[in-house]
Amino acid sequence: MEAEAAKYIGAGIAGLALLGAGLGIGNIFSNYLSGALRNPSAADGQRTNLLLGFALCEATGLFGFVLAMIILFV
Amino acid sequence: MATDPMKQFEITEKAELFQIAGHSITFSNSALWMIVSGILIVGFFALTLRGKLIPGRLQSMGELSYQFIADMIRDTTGPEAMKFLPFVFTLFFFILAANLIGMNPYAFTTTSHLAVTVALAVMTIGIVIIAGIVKNGLSWFKIFAPSGLPFIMYFIIIPIEVISFIARPITLAVRLFANMVAGHVMLKLFAIFAAFLVTKGGAFIGAAILPILGVMGIAALEFLVAALQAFVFAILTCIYLNDVYHVHH
Repeated sequence: MEAEAAKYIGAGIAGLALLGAGLGIGNIFSNYLSGALRNPSAADGQRTNLLLGFALCEATGLFGFVLAMIILFV
Repeated sequence: MATDPMKQFEITEKAELFQIAGHSITFSNSALWMIVSGILIVGFFALTLRGKLIPGRLQSMGELSYQFIADMIRDTTGPEAMKFLPFVFTLFFFILAANLIGMNPYAFTTTSHLAVTVALAVMTIGIVIIAGIVKNGLSWFKIFAPSGLPFIMYFIIIPIEVISFIARPITLAVRLFANMVAGHVMLKLFAIFAAFLVTKGGAFIGAAILPILGVMGIAALEFLVAALQAFVFAILTCIYLNDVYHVHH
């Protein structure tokens, strides 16, 4: 296999990290929503943690994206 | 028509200032937009913080943004950390202004360069380490060894804690950088695709409405991400500042 082709395949595989990030973000929001519907009075206080969890989760997927960019352009 | 989505992150020289040991120190477009965001922040607070007893609309904007950061530090780290308020405040508003300016056409996103975000993250962690050692002395290093464990466990726990501490500046820097780069590349890709369809002509011009709608959606998401990443950077700084004050956990 040519090295160039292997590079593109590797970049594609590195992009799969976003699969986990998608699962994680869905999990965070679904659990927040179900918790908020059970106890709406406690929901406002947890919005900070919700956004924090969302950003931390999204970042792990973007590490894979950065890896793909490094493979393609560096 | 620009066809390279990475071209928007290019550093261009505006003027060469002076030379140090053969390396030229230049005034780049990154430095220019950093100064612009600095002027915007100072201008915003000079306009809004007038110090009237009954705040008007503008003044309450400034006061609310102060209150926001002050509450964040008080809730996350505790009232004793309020002396770090200027640092967290500056960090939050610099990143917010840089991210939001980067969303404008023809502007340059300073936070889309790893050099800038690494500098911010290393400064944050450096302040945590220095303030921790100044406040607690060498007993600050106990944060790597939580008390109340069986002796044999320390051989496993200490390396894990050290690695997780070293990973903090790396993740802090890469998170901001990756979010900015990913969003701007995605915007550019959709815009290039729309322009490509329009140049094809015929029925393709009608199909160009889809990538244009996509670009609008992503732009809205990017404004959210721009604010959210500044918030996350600030709140993670507060969480890391916990290690200065709460060594025994």
